[in-house]
Amino acid sequence: MPRPVAVVAFAQTEHSGEDRGMAEIEILAPVITEIKERTGQKQFGFTCSGSCDYLAGAPFAFVSALDAIGAWPPISESHVEMDAAWALYEAWVKLQHGDIDTALVYGFGKSSQGNLRAVLTQQLDPYHLAPLGIDAVSLAALQARAYMERSGAKEDDLRAVAARSREAGRGNPFALHLPEPEGDDYDVAPLHPYDVAPVTDGAAAIVLAAGDRARDMCERPAWITGIDHRTEPHAPGVRDLSRSDSARVAGERAGATGIEVAELHAQYTHEELILREALGLGEDTAVNPSGGPLSANPMMAAGLIRIGEAAARVHDGSASRVLGHASSGPCLQQNLVCVLSGENHG
Amino acid sequence: MPSDTAPAGADTGLPEPNHVLEFPGGYTRSVGPVIGRFFSELRDGRLVGVRTADGRVLVPPSEYDPLTGEDVTGEFVEVGPVGTVTTWSWVARPAKEHPLDRPFAWALIRPDGADTALLHALDLGVFDEGAKPPKFLKTGMRVRPRWRAERTGGIGDIECFQPEVTMINAPTRLEYRLKGGQALRRFLEGMSEGRILGHRCPVCESVIVPMKGLCPRDGVPTTEEVELPDTGTVTTFAVNNIPDPRAPEVPFVSAYVLLDGAGLTMLTLVAGIPADQVRMGMRVKAAWRPREEWERTMGNIKWFEPVDEPDVPFEEIKDFM
Repeated sequence: MPRPVAVVAFAQTEHSGEDRGMAEIEILAPVITEIKERTGQKQFGFTCSGSCDYLAGAPFAFVSALDAIGAWPPISESHVEMDAAWALYEAWVKLQHGDIDTALVYGFGKSSQGNLRAVLTQQLDPYHLAPLGIDAVSLAALQARAYMERSGAKEDDLRAVAARSREAGRGNPFALHLPEPEGDDYDVAPLHPYDVAPVTDGAAAIVLAAGDRARDMCERPAWITGIDHRTEPHAPGVRDLSRSDSARVAGERAGATGIEVAELHAQYTHEELILREALGLGEDTAVNPSGGPLSANPMMAAGLIRIGEAAARVHDGSASRVLGHASSGPCLQQNLVCVLSGENHG
Repeated sequence: MPSDTAPAGADTGLPEPNHVLEFPGGYTRSVGPVIGRFFSELRDGRLVGVRTADGRVLVPPSEYDPLTGEDVTGEFVEVGPVGTVTTWSWVARPAKEHPLDRPFAWALIRPDGADTALLHALDLGVFDEGAKPPKFLKTGMRVRPRWRAERTGGIGDIECFQPEVTMINAPTRLEYRLKGGQALRRFLEGMSEGRILGHRCPVCESVIVPMKGLCPRDGVPTTEEVELPDTGTVTTFAVNNIPDPRAPEVPFVSAYVLLDGAGLTMLTLVAGIPADQVRMGMRVKAAWRPREEWERTMGNIKWFEPVDEPDVPFEEIKDFM
């Protein structure tokens, strides 16, 4: 039996679709301050963050962000060059060791200061893919076509995902408030501009706590009842792009059944449809009531935000069984599923 | 290493970069024996895959079977170079990082003899920036590589893929010296003087204009010239929405006009009235070009225009449809 660990607090920035003239640490620091105040904690047993140096164009850019958490006297700290959802996974594993009771997890990204599509090319296979200069949206469009041709879904089905996400996002004070999707121009066909998550700057933080510490810090802790992440081969030509086997397996291993609210890290409209299918989410599951990444997609934080938004539904008592999902790599190569429950698990 | 020298002239519409991350000369990477073999063969203009223990062929080759994680065998297999598109995306506005500077497709391509697909660019010809994907671009399309003349051992040794040749275009041009015959010569002579000439049939007495020297109804020669007025009646017409060299603005109306006194209709343009107001039975009159422009051509009449007369009842023109 894993040790009972819960999300006890979640904070995020009011995300921005443009450069507001703040350095990354200036975006991050208020979120750290807020979550310390909300949990009443100045110190945590472990700290883990997710970010990407290529977003800033500087090696070890994440190190300077440590100033935001007060890294002196020396703290126990780690970093993943990925979405902070994977930092949360590392923190959860660390909590399973039993030697600490609390962990702070955060992620941040300022995508507006470079060409995000070209930055993401750097995460591709350096032998066969990156030298071609293929960008993230072009790769996603290959997957969109494969999915539509296999499933029979039409471009209008994708547009409906964008419309619903944007409408929900307009009700979320932290998301970008984007207009109704319109126009029939393609970005990279078959994807239209509204099928693609907006470039977004922002940050988010979560505090995890174990057992009684969780109950002390939160009236309704969101207990992690299952968490799993899976990856698929790097080469897109090896995979059936129309499906997400890694999300399916991660969902099964995390026990993703009976989900009332799912927050999916779908950065393209078709990804939501592939993920719904892979995770077996039916019509009775509310997907991305926050607006999801199609309404705000701060790189390296958007996956963590999915877990935070799902947990927030437990914290406010509006749901008792929820799911947060994060993805990484081209065409949903890696998927993490975190199932949270409001029932007493400790 | 990062450099703070901004390059000149980015065309993104964004402010000039003030920070550039670049590794001059690029990273040096070992490729190992599997990828190394693939690239060496590419340099020689061949596409190879590697066989897995269960007999599948991976292209591009990897050191392990992606399904099982087992080592692959040492057997390299020449594949393709022709392959099948398994999925594609269409880039209507190429970025500067892209391999082609005009609209193109990205495609996953499974070479013949392979069990996996290779990602590459697909050049489908010349398109204007922003063009929609061409209709002939489809999953299942057969394509082959265009090799770069100077190859160095890398994925870029294939410049791009191109569709297999499935059709050719064979231009034809023949030159002729046409003579229209005696009747047409005489008709055009009349046109050059602003006269519309026809022949009266000796049997049915109807007037044939333009004349042909024969009555198409009775099959007898005709010689008796009759000059007709340049007024007539629209019998039927069509509204055209595709431009024509003689009527470059659309919509335009082409109509059959029965000249007063004629026994058959002439095909002509009708103008001087909105296309949706032209009607059967409408009275029209020729609009001649200025006299100094007249030549031996039917084009001396630009078109027919409506005249302010009552329409002709359908009963009177129904035999000329």
